[in-house]
Amino acid sequence: MTTLIKGARVLGGEPADLLLEDGRIAAVGRRLSVTGADVVDADGLVALPGLVDLHTHLREPGREDAETVETGSRAAALGGYTAVHAMANTDPVADTAGVVEQVWRLGRQAGLVDVVPVGAVTVGLRGERLAELGAMADSAARVRVFSDDGHCVADPALMRRALEYVKALDGVVAQHAEEPRLTVGAQMNEGDRSARLGLTGWPAAAEEAVIARDVLLAQHVGARLHVCHVSTAGSVEILRWAKSRGVQVTAEVTPHHLLLTEALAESYDPVFKVNPPLRTDEDVQALRQGLADGTVDAVATDHAPHAVEDKESEWAQARPGMLGLEQALPVVVEALVETGLLDWAGVADRMSVRPAAIGRLDGHGRPVAPGEPANLLLLDPAARAAVDPAALASRSRNSPYAGRELPGRVVATFLRGEATVLDGKAVR
Amino acid sequence: MKRHLLEAADLDRADATLVLDTAAQIDQALAGREVKKLPTLRGRTVVNLFYEDSTRTRISFELAAKRLSADVINFSAKGSSVSKGESLKDTALTLEAMGSDAIVVRHSASGAPHRLANWVRGSVVNAGDGTHEHPTQALLDAYTIRRRLGRLDGVRVAVVGDVLHSRVARSNVWLLTTLGAEVTLVAPPTLLPVGVGAWPVEVSYDLDAVLPKADAVMMLRVQAERMNASFFPSAREYSRRYGLDARRMAALGDDAIVMHPGPMNRGMEIAADVADSVRSTIVEQVGNGVSVRMAVLYLLLGGAPA
Repeated sequence: MTTLIKGARVLGGEPADLLLEDGRIAAVGRRLSVTGADVVDADGLVALPGLVDLHTHLREPGREDAETVETGSRAAALGGYTAVHAMANTDPVADTAGVVEQVWRLGRQAGLVDVVPVGAVTVGLRGERLAELGAMADSAARVRVFSDDGHCVADPALMRRALEYVKALDGVVAQHAEEPRLTVGAQMNEGDRSARLGLTGWPAAAEEAVIARDVLLAQHVGARLHVCHVSTAGSVEILRWAKSRGVQVTAEVTPHHLLLTEALAESYDPVFKVNPPLRTDEDVQALRQGLADGTVDAVATDHAPHAVEDKESEWAQARPGMLGLEQALPVVVEALVETGLLDWAGVADRMSVRPAAIGRLDGHGRPVAPGEPANLLLLDPAARAAVDPAALASRSRNSPYAGRELPGRVVATFLRGEATVLDGKAVR
Repeated sequence: MKRHLLEAADLDRADATLVLDTAAQIDQALAGREVKKLPTLRGRTVVNLFYEDSTRTRISFELAAKRLSADVINFSAKGSSVSKGESLKDTALTLEAMGSDAIVVRHSASGAPHRLANWVRGSVVNAGDGTHEHPTQALLDAYTIRRRLGRLDGVRVAVVGDVLHSRVARSNVWLLTTLGAEVTLVAPPTLLPVGVGAWPVEVSYDLDAVLPKADAVMMLRVQAERMNASFFPSAREYSRRYGLDARRMAALGDDAIVMHPGPMNRGMEIAADVADSVRSTIVEQVGNGVSVRMAVLYLLLGGAPA
């Protein structure tokens, strides 16, 4: 299968033609012409390497009413992704080779993105003893990222052992940093607003304390640590300090923490309830700055689909989490590109190159250059559209961006040379 | 008035004064009458939707609606379809389909009345939501202060106790300051929310320093179980430092009043002889509650039936 992309601006550079052949980028140049190729007009479009998400909840097995591997894969492709890490908090939990292989196979069957399972750190996410990390690493799913996401590995001794153990697997522990004793019943960021709204506060210190502890542990045992969904200015400071000391720590920030603030909780509409919670504008600015200067390595969606009944309720009863895959790139364009904090190469680095490196994905996060795997997306940076949750490919509707106009439209996505999205629509 | 009464923070000075003035007119109209009833809301239906046990608030709203000749339905979440898992939204739509004009809701979740207001066409009255607000309590407190002291402007009110978990405290902070009173919150730091500094109030950890300057002291209910989560070391220590006993009451000015929203923990935040003293307005507050709630229902529903 051969595709010729005409006039794409690779990383925002000068227009060039891209020839995709046998799953690879065969050539990049001016006025390429090939007979029998599918031609895609990319005039005015920016070409970026296919995005890689370190943090996706696909809900299968267990909550197929909220999302399946297939619907989540489609949402990912539409968002410009070619690989997503599927979090382990399914039912049953992905804490054995059997479950991670099931998720991996479902991903292959859907064939829209590479679905890379994340393995649980502890059995049942209970934080009591290690799951069989080696078996998951050795399985067909080749697990390299381990996380109890949704729960913090709060026990410091257990966290230390997990960090040590995954060294043998070339793995990384992705920590959901939340000191559970400081967040009992927590509903939103603790501060002026939580005081007034009467919603139990989630203090920034509950995140920062765990990150501080874990970077010290990672340094002590010489292991790799990844911090999920960093949400506070203080966390960025701690990461900056740790990196300056040579700690092998990486971190991600979600699109929603780059754009939205706790002010949205005023509506008591639980579509804005998420864990960690939306924070203050000061935090948003610090997170953008941290992402721009590389202290925060990656944007990860924490795409968290929820059924209508789990959100159409009282705030306290609602499940935390929001959709992200289909709007992540537009949010980054608005928050980082249009503000001048990142150029297109920077976007590619934070949304593809670095997350692929953290997840040890060989075929992703590669340059858009001859000989490389043809995983890439075409973005129309000039397009602007209001988000309509009903039009999303996800099976759920809990988008915090409903009605909000965002810049940038993913026109096409290619996975190993094959189009998964064309003209802004999923090919299947 | 707006269509709903969701929070005291919503009320501007004119709206709040209108409620108090209306309550005063209702009191006058009913004074000395043998039949304590007005025909104003005949044919209208008020539902008391209570997800928490609260006999006193429920009865107060029930009486208020009945004295305005409304039909009243009491819907207790316990022993109903709600205990079988029906959602707040489905319950609300069901009640509205049956023809309710107003829903008075008490709920353990902060913001539940706001959610309800999105789903129904009728009026929603917040009868206490989680640790957020209890606006009619604040209105009846303001009404009580105004009756006793003749004014609210410049009145110094000390609100003492578990502010962190208190919807009564929040509503009073907004309403009383809107009406010109000066509020001082008194509590151990553990029972004040982080972020209290943004409120238009003074904060003190020392009850004895505040009492001589207070025109009204509002004691909040403090649950002894809070000591299990280390909000304070023991009930005794709490009582010694923040309880209002006869000795402390003696430090109050001559005309100062003592208030409590009830139910009281006698011996914990308030001593029995204080609760029963001439300064105490506690029983009066209960009576005023009915008048104020009549005023609220009248102002929200008083127009022609929708």
